[in-house]
Amino acid sequence: MAKVKRFMQGNEACAEGALYAGCNFFAGYPITPSTEIAEILGYQLPKIGGKWIQMEDEIASIAATIGGSLGGCKALTATSGPGLSLKQEGLGYAAMAEIPCVIINVMRGGPSTGYPTGPSQSDMMTAKWGTHGDHPVIALTPSTVPEILTETVRAFNLAEKYRMPVFVFYDEIVGHMREPVEIPEPGDLEIVDRAKPTCKPEDYKPYDSNFEIAPLAAYGKDGYRFHVTGLNHGDDGFPTNDSKRIDQGCRSIMAKIENNLDDILKNETVDMDDAEIVLFAYGSTARSASFAQRKAREKGIKAGLFRPLTMWPFPEKAIREAAKKAKVFIVPEMNLGQMSLEVERCAPGIEVKGINRVDGEPINPAQILECIEKYK
Amino acid sequence: MADRYELRFSGSGGQGMILAGIIMAEAASIYGDKNAVQSQSYGPESRGGASKAEVVISDDAIDYPKATAIDCMLAMTQEACTKYHDDIKDDGILLVDTELVHELPKGKFKIYEFPIIETAREELGKVIVANIISLGLMTALTKIVSEKAITDAVLSRVPKPFLELNEKALKIGFERAKELKEKK
Repeated sequence: MAKVKRFMQGNEACAEGALYAGCNFFAGYPITPSTEIAEILGYQLPKIGGKWIQMEDEIASIAATIGGSLGGCKALTATSGPGLSLKQEGLGYAAMAEIPCVIINVMRGGPSTGYPTGPSQSDMMTAKWGTHGDHPVIALTPSTVPEILTETVRAFNLAEKYRMPVFVFYDEIVGHMREPVEIPEPGDLEIVDRAKPTCKPEDYKPYDSNFEIAPLAAYGKDGYRFHVTGLNHGDDGFPTNDSKRIDQGCRSIMAKIENNLDDILKNETVDMDDAEIVLFAYGSTARSASFAQRKAREKGIKAGLFRPLTMWPFPEKAIREAAKKAKVFIVPEMNLGQMSLEVERCAPGIEVKGINRVDGEPINPAQILECIEKYK
Repeated sequence: MADRYELRFSGSGGQGMILAGIIMAEAASIYGDKNAVQSQSYGPESRGGASKAEVVISDDAIDYPKATAIDCMLAMTQEACTKYHDDIKDDGILLVDTELVHELPKGKFKIYEFPIIETAREELGKVIVANIISLGLMTALTKIVSEKAITDAVLSRVPKPFLELNEKALKIGFERAKELKEKK
């Protein structure tokens, strides 16, 4: 049977993806350009027995999201730059206390309240370094409306699997544009649920270091009670001063990512086999880059496109590989140069040329093509 | 068709330009057999301020979602007309509302003038369907989607009590566009 095809907005696809993944808890504070996600889930979640709550601000929203997850729900919050700044304290806590949750950030112009209705990609480093301390980060960067649906599902899966907050970052253009989307049937996409403890409640240790990722009990359900803290903690979740255990804890939350890169990383490449000019682009900018890359090939220019769907952890190995053949990397982004720095780090000795725009207008294909032609 | 056919609906916030864009894109991609992407830009106001929606239609996948060289543009206000007409192709089309657009831009593109808002008000008694009349006009002027596809797309979005009104609005658009073309 043909699948149902609907013409929908990026933010609507995000809400669809969350529901498909089994999201049953949303806490948020509405903010342009992410508001539609809260709006749609506010309508849909109560119908399926889920919980939806508008908190007094974004700090409370991430706190409630974490609480919902600890209670056993698949929890989501959605925001934009100013809200993302406020959520940083909670995000560090979720990383430290290893609590799965998904954070959607629809990027608008910044800093501060910036340009609410204009697109931007200027929160990419906030994803990585927004909260203090060494902490694991997974951030996904879809470019199309159908991809927002599938990447939101993947974000939930990664959060549940690795017991950590996972970001989905996209700009206002992708968030508000509309495209036809084939709605997946149950079973079409993989759904991961968090591992549950098999031991008795009295033997349960929420940070049992015998596991790479310890199972997380639903707090208070079936007699499982445990301590959760942002302080360095032992296997039982209580604060510890044991330097060995502190070291182990700090390293293990990072090792979850490093040991599972193959599972977490995802990217799309176009004509990269012989590419001398490599476009590195994400979000709506990747769509402009794709247009420019096609036109460049039509002119016989050896241009390729590298499009990360997982931006954090950064696709270091793939960029190092591409750098062996590339003579230049072109990194268009709606900020003043953020991911271009990461490309530079992984491509020593190769020129990295940024195309940057912060006027609330998209980087258009002609701008990118002009840059490509300078290097042909 | 060329690999991209681009339309822009521009006017003032509250005139239904974004909805018109959505319906045109649905006509192409859900009720027709093409691919379509709709994007928009708008100010912080919910009413007033220049507003535009863009639709790219293609037989293939569409990467860049915004207009690059416009095949057909609608301008429902002077501000929108002045601000947004630059990207119209030489052989493109500009459709303007005669009530609100008085200064026509210079260009090689064809200009069609029609009292869209006045017709909605005088003939249908509802200014709110001006955007549906304009969809009828643009469909008949461009033939980028079929009259059936746009009708299906409009009617699927309209509550039952307003079906007839919207169908009438579309038909007025189809018919008057043919008259406009004959005059040219």
